[in-house]
Amino acid sequence: MNAGIKTLRIDGRDVSARADQTILQVARENDIFIPSLCYLEGLSPVGACRLCLVEVKGASRLLPACVTRVEEGMEVTTRSERLDAYRRMILELLFSERNHICSVCVSNGHCELQSLAERLNLTHVHFPYRYPRLPVDASHPRFVADHNRCILCTRCVRVCDEIEGAHTWDVMGRGIEARVITDLNQPWGESESCTSCGKCVHVCPTGALSEKGRSVAEMAKRRQFLPYLTMMRTQAR
Amino acid sequence: MSERRIVIDPVTRIEGHARITLYLNADGQVENARFHVTQFRAFEKLCEGRPFSEMPALMARICGICPVSHLIASAKACDQILGTRIPPVAVQLRRLLNLAQIVQSHALSFFHLSAPDFLLGMDSDPARRNLFGLIEKHPEMARDGIRLRKFGQQVIERLAGKRIHPAWVVPGGVSEPLAPAAREAILAELPEMRAIAQRTLVWFKSVLHEFREEAATFANFPTLFLGLVGPDGELEHYDGQIRVVDAAGRIVADRLAPERYRDYLGESVEPDSYLKSPYYKPEGYPDGIYRVGPLARLNIADRCGTHAADQEWAEFRQLERGAVLSSFYYHYARLVEILYALERIEQILAEPQILGRHVRAQAAANHPEGIGVAEAPRGTLIHHYRVDEAGVIQWANLIIATGHNNLAMNRGILQAARRFVDGNRLSEGALNRVEAVIRAFDPCLSCSTHAVGQMALRIELRGPEGELLHEVSRGA
Repeated sequence: MNAGIKTLRIDGRDVSARADQTILQVARENDIFIPSLCYLEGLSPVGACRLCLVEVKGASRLLPACVTRVEEGMEVTTRSERLDAYRRMILELLFSERNHICSVCVSNGHCELQSLAERLNLTHVHFPYRYPRLPVDASHPRFVADHNRCILCTRCVRVCDEIEGAHTWDVMGRGIEARVITDLNQPWGESESCTSCGKCVHVCPTGALSEKGRSVAEMAKRRQFLPYLTMMRTQAR
Repeated sequence: MSERRIVIDPVTRIEGHARITLYLNADGQVENARFHVTQFRAFEKLCEGRPFSEMPALMARICGICPVSHLIASAKACDQILGTRIPPVAVQLRRLLNLAQIVQSHALSFFHLSAPDFLLGMDSDPARRNLFGLIEKHPEMARDGIRLRKFGQQVIERLAGKRIHPAWVVPGGVSEPLAPAAREAILAELPEMRAIAQRTLVWFKSVLHEFREEAATFANFPTLFLGLVGPDGELEHYDGQIRVVDAAGRIVADRLAPERYRDYLGESVEPDSYLKSPYYKPEGYPDGIYRVGPLARLNIADRCGTHAADQEWAEFRQLERGAVLSSFYYHYARLVEILYALERIEQILAEPQILGRHVRAQAAANHPEGIGVAEAPRGTLIHHYRVDEAGVIQWANLIIATGHNNLAMNRGILQAARRFVDGNRLSEGALNRVEAVIRAFDPCLSCSTHAVGQMALRIELRGPEGELLHEVSRGA
């Protein structure tokens, strides 16, 4: 027997996986839907958004599928009333935290937050909106950062560091005050490290990062390039 | 001794929320009248800090009836911020969209909102005096109105992807070229629409004499008229320059640059309304009262510029010597404009380059300021923005078409109230006429419609201490 292959059950289906794979990867390979926002194939997982929490038989708590390795004989449940309620609550909290106004957003119709809300039947936000006053940084000649639409998934931070190697983006502040910044919290247009490659814009799940001059609903993003870039760089090393 | 008030709240079968207060003297006669717009929207403030490229679609949210008008005026302001001339095909496509908007909005105003007054009577049962009553009594007329409005909305959808709040108009042009199939579909429906417009005109002209009293008292007084005209003085809705005409029909000012509106238009703010009251500066406030919209456009233009509409226009201008002064004739003017818009749509669709693929100019924010002016269904619409170097909106000023007519609407309800309302014997039909003055202007007070008139109309008669003397209510 190949020790590198594990067999497990997801939602009652028998599946097999390599030992180094996560529950989320295996689920996606088998067309089993687990929602996620911070995870993106080609970037290191961080388990930040908690939308991919799943039930694992024998585990006392819910486990994030994006950072949990498969184990032999594991029994995973990806959909239950409890999970649905938690996931909707997470989305509601994201919506209430900043100013996500889909109808006038550059990413309307192309947004992962919006489409997840539709898919999970989110009809209302039960928490009071915070309506924070957040800036729009349009200082970069080609791109715009709108903190009103940011969900702090840190995909931009990771793609800039891991793929482009510039590490222009990072996170400043803690908790509700946290914000993504360029360099040492300078205007993006004044950043010395930014190569203007645009990868951050295309991995951003919402309208937080967009190409300048895009009008409402025009900012469709292309992310197919990412796994190939990762693969080519690994091979080059 | 006592001053008493009659309050009409809300005003029904208009677009948005408003209230009318009639002030009575001791003899129960109407002394004064005020029109209050009771909603506060604050679009000029809430767009501050947003990238200018979002503005057309953001501003379109002002209104669900005429989002296209705001899209166009806003995009024109943004074109100036870009500092580009947009591709000629894009100009014609925007023009088409604006004409379709005029067809659907005028059809809504005439058939859905005002036709119940014409066909069922100003004094008829208010519970039936609405679109449903119309469908019951005059199904062909109701069907014509619905067909015409649907056509306009479908042209918008075929061009822009959706009927309400499309994001197709963008700074620098439009986002997609016209599809050949969409062109054919629109052309196929045009003959039926022209027939509807023409038979409605024939019918309306035949019943005009029944509304002689309304025509005499529905905001019928001398004012200036203002709007855009084309380079040869023809009817124009997308581009052109400002012309001002007086009550005698004489041109007071011509070829005014729309961008310099602040030189000749002042804005005053009344304490009891959220609607600003613009006036023509050379005449001062409030003598600089002017009207905009369909009536004004037909009064200022030298002709329409299309065959059938030109004939109708000539007949329309025969109504009075000089300018046509009664606001009751806004309805008539709307029908002429529908016919014109249908003819223009056909002309533009026949242009060989209309299917051209180059429909958008790309540029960054090159200028700190932009002013976009276009003719919305209700009149001249002005969007004025200032941006910082990064293209982020710092300041915005909007003059909405309905605003221009504010002074005239106020004076108009006073005129009609003095003629029809007797404070000692309140009748529902009299109050309906006061509302109908407002309806003639087809004000777009925000974005909500009460086309069915299901909201309660409340009329209160109050004494000097505010005590309720009498109350009449209808609807709901």
